[in-house]
Parts: sequence; C-alpha cells; structure tokens
Amino acid sequence: MTKLSVEGCESGYGEVQILWGATLTLRSGELTTLVGSNGAGKTTLLRTVMGLIPAWKGTVRLDDRDITRLSPHEKAQLGLVLVPEGRQLFSTMTVAENLEMGATPGHARAEMRRSFDRVFGLFPRLAERISQLAGTLSGGEQQMLAIARGLMAKPRILMFDEPSLGLSPKLVMDLFEIVRTLKREGLTMLLVEQNVQMALAVSDHAYVMGRGKIEIEGPARDVRQMPEVRRAYLGL
Amino acid sequence: MILSVEQVTIRFGGLVAVDGASFEVGEGKILGLIGPNGAGKTTLFNAINGVYKPRSGRIVFRGEDITGLRPHQIARRGVSRAHQVVRPLNDLSVLANVTVGACFGREQLGLRQATAVAEEMLASLGLMDKSEMPAGKLNVAQKKRLELARALAARPLLLLADEVLAGLNPQEVADMLGVFRRIRDQGVSVIMIEHLMHALMNVSDHVVVLDHGQKISEGTPQQVSSDPKVIEAYLGDPAVAQRFLEEGA
Repeated sequence: MTKLSVEGCESGYGEVQILWGATLTLRSGELTTLVGSNGAGKTTLLRTVMGLIPAWKGTVRLDDRDITRLSPHEKAQLGLVLVPEGRQLFSTMTVAENLEMGATPGHARAEMRRSFDRVFGLFPRLAERISQLAGTLSGGEQQMLAIARGLMAKPRILMFDEPSLGLSPKLVMDLFEIVRTLKREGLTMLLVEQNVQMALAVSDHAYVMGRGKIEIEGPARDVRQMPEVRRAYLGL
Repeated sequence: MILSVEQVTIRFGGLVAVDGASFEVGEGKILGLIGPNGAGKTTLFNAINGVYKPRSGRIVFRGEDITGLRPHQIARRGVSRAHQVVRPLNDLSVLANVTVGACFGREQLGLRQATAVAEEMLASLGLMDKSEMPAGKLNVAQKKRLELARALAARPLLLLADEVLAGLNPQEVADMLGVFRRIRDQGVSVIMIEHLMHALMNVSDHVVVLDHGQKISEGTPQQVSSDPKVIEAYLGDPAVAQRFLEEGA
C-alpha cells in the first residue's frame, strides 16, 4: 500500500533549479532508500517533501491526500518527520529537553511518557545522559539523540538525511542496526545515505538519483548488483 | 610537467586534511581532482595557490619551488583560481571585475591593456552584452562564467577550477565544458574539482582521487572509475554490507 508519493517534483533555491521532476513512492511498512552522488538533489527532495522549501511543481501525497502546500509543522502533525542532516540538535538544551521538543505534535504530546520509555529502550546510552547538554554529547550520541527526537514525534513516516555522516565504522554499524530494528517494528522509512552499500543492504526498495531526477529504481537487492549505480556516482 | 605536488601534508590542529599527497599535472592537460566530501580537495587548492602553507612536502611550479609563497606571488607566476563560492565586486561592472583579474595576473597589465584582455575574455565566455552591468545583478550561471573570465584574464599557465559547474543547467554545463577544452587547446593546464562526475570524467585527461586526505588512485577516467578502491570510497565497502546482511538473517 502506498503511503507517501512524490510526483514530478521540481524545486530549488532562488533561481537555481535542483529537482527536475522527481517521482518516488514509499510503501507502507517498508524501508526505502534514496541514494545518489553529491549534488544529485537528495536533501532538496527531503526538504521539498517536508515543506521546508516550496515545490515549484509536482505533488506530495500522504495516504492519497495532497499535502504539497502544507507547512512543515502541519506535516509533522500528520506524522511526517525528518531527522535532518547534521543532527540540528538544540545544543544548549539537555537530552531530555531535546526529546521533549520532538514530542511537539498533538498526538505525540499525549504519549510522551511512553515515548520516553521507548527511546530509552532503543538508546540506553541516552537514558544515562538524560541531564547532559546535547552539545556535549559525542558525535555518535548526538546522531542517536536526533533519531530519538524524531521518534518522540510518533512518526508514521520517518525520513533520515545522511545519518551515518561523520560516524566511525563501529557507530555506522550501530546506526544501521537501529534502522533495522525500526524496520522490523514496521515503521515506514525513507533513508538518504552516503554509505550506499549499507543503505542498499538494509532497505527493501531503492531509488538512485542523479541530476535532480530518479535514474534507477527497484528492489534494493537488485539495485545492489547494478553497475549503473557505480556509474551514477563515478560518471563512467 | 607544469606542476608537481610532492608529499604534501596539511594539518589543522589534530586534523590531517591532506596526508602526503603527490601528483603531477602535465602541460596543456586537464587533471580532474575527485574524492568524497571532506577528502581534502579544496584544501589542496589552498596549498597550491598559497592560502595555506603545507606542514611538509613541496609544490613545484615550472621547476620552481613555490611552497610557502604568498597567494599574489603565486598568481603572478601564472596560477589562477576560479573559486567555488563566487564573490564578485558586486557594485563594479562585469568588465571592471574581469579587468581586475588582468591587472593582478601573470602579466600585470596596465589598465588599457587589461581592459582589452578583459573584453576578449568576456567575448569568449559569452558575457559581452553584460559588460556594463553591475556584477551583483548577474544570475548564478553568469556569475560562474564571470568568475572563470576573471581567472582567465590573469592569463594563467595553470587554472585551478573549483566547482565551476555547480548550479548550472545541463546546457550551461555543456557550454562550460567547451570553454575548458578551448583553453586547454590554447595550452593552459587545468586542475578541476567537480562533483558533476560525468562532466569531469568527460573532459579530464587524467584523474586523481583523494579520500581522507590521501591519494587512493590515479589514472585515466576509465581506470579510476573501475578501481575497486575508488568505488569503495564512494559507495562503501560491499563486504561490510554483506556481513551486516548475514548477521541480520
């Protein structure tokens, strides 16, 4: 069942057009990955879907409802949540306060207590550091907190932008283990990742983006074997 | 060889941004310098044109050790740079911006000659009709061309081109590649940093690949794009991903 669909999206910054008609679909309960070289438009697509920048053309649908023009907070109320690149934590607030900020949508507020238990179950490390300022956490802990904050919003669709960026190999494995756990729980997710091999290994479905459009699409296990993926990154 | 980078290391505190990198640029050739984010590409440009001084190693331009010279001294010897983030003198005309490049370049021309060179560069980059416009009024693609015109007005022997194709549409990219081939055919050597890989691979004679500050591969575009080390640097390690899959099964 289709949960989120993006059809023919065009957008960009000022006069620079980045997306040239991007189309993709997230199926319910699936982990979908979006990979592609630098400058392909992956982050711009996430930002457009989330409403952080306006779509110039095209539509974004959530459960068949057109949400293209809704504001980011309205989309968050509907359960569309983004874990942004570079974590974007409130660095002078504590771990607990950051998590509380995640539980801003109405439906999430009501369940905040239970959500705390859930994220501390997933990330016991954060429970140990509950009163610590987010800015004093290690890089790996900050990424975990960013994901936990996203979960506090009780997402129906969770989108990640480059979660493994800057993490050590060990922490990258821990991160993908968390993603796999969330997948087993049936959460619908969209993963934008620079570690293409890991992203394709963990995902159900994959899109490869290049120059503002989707160039390759298919089951992740098939896309893993395609030489075109290498070409999308290396040009030859 | 017009330039050789010999065992260059650049550190910022504890961070080694470039780690013992060596390569050479052939005369009249286009060298593509690639690598994942944070590989040290722009830092290396900053070392070649004297913005940073390497911790160790040498940079030799036309047989002369230029390591540690100031940027303006290196510019006068014929190394010119088109920057990733363009910062024209917004209130000056397009022509004046390019004239500045000619005045402070290799030939250090007087104003009259510099203006003539600037006009020639604007014509060759298709900006002649914008010559009297304030540079700040140009659109992004035009500003990118202005940046290249300013760099070329210095009459360089070596051009360092940092992401000059970023933000251009496909037609503008194709036009710009034509410009690069033309200046190469006029004998100018080029080092090009570019994320638009198909474009870089298309125009480069030779490609050097950096990852975490180290050179991991070099060769023709065909050679580097099929080198497993390069593929791993860009896509991740397939063996690790396979293990992850098996552990989860």
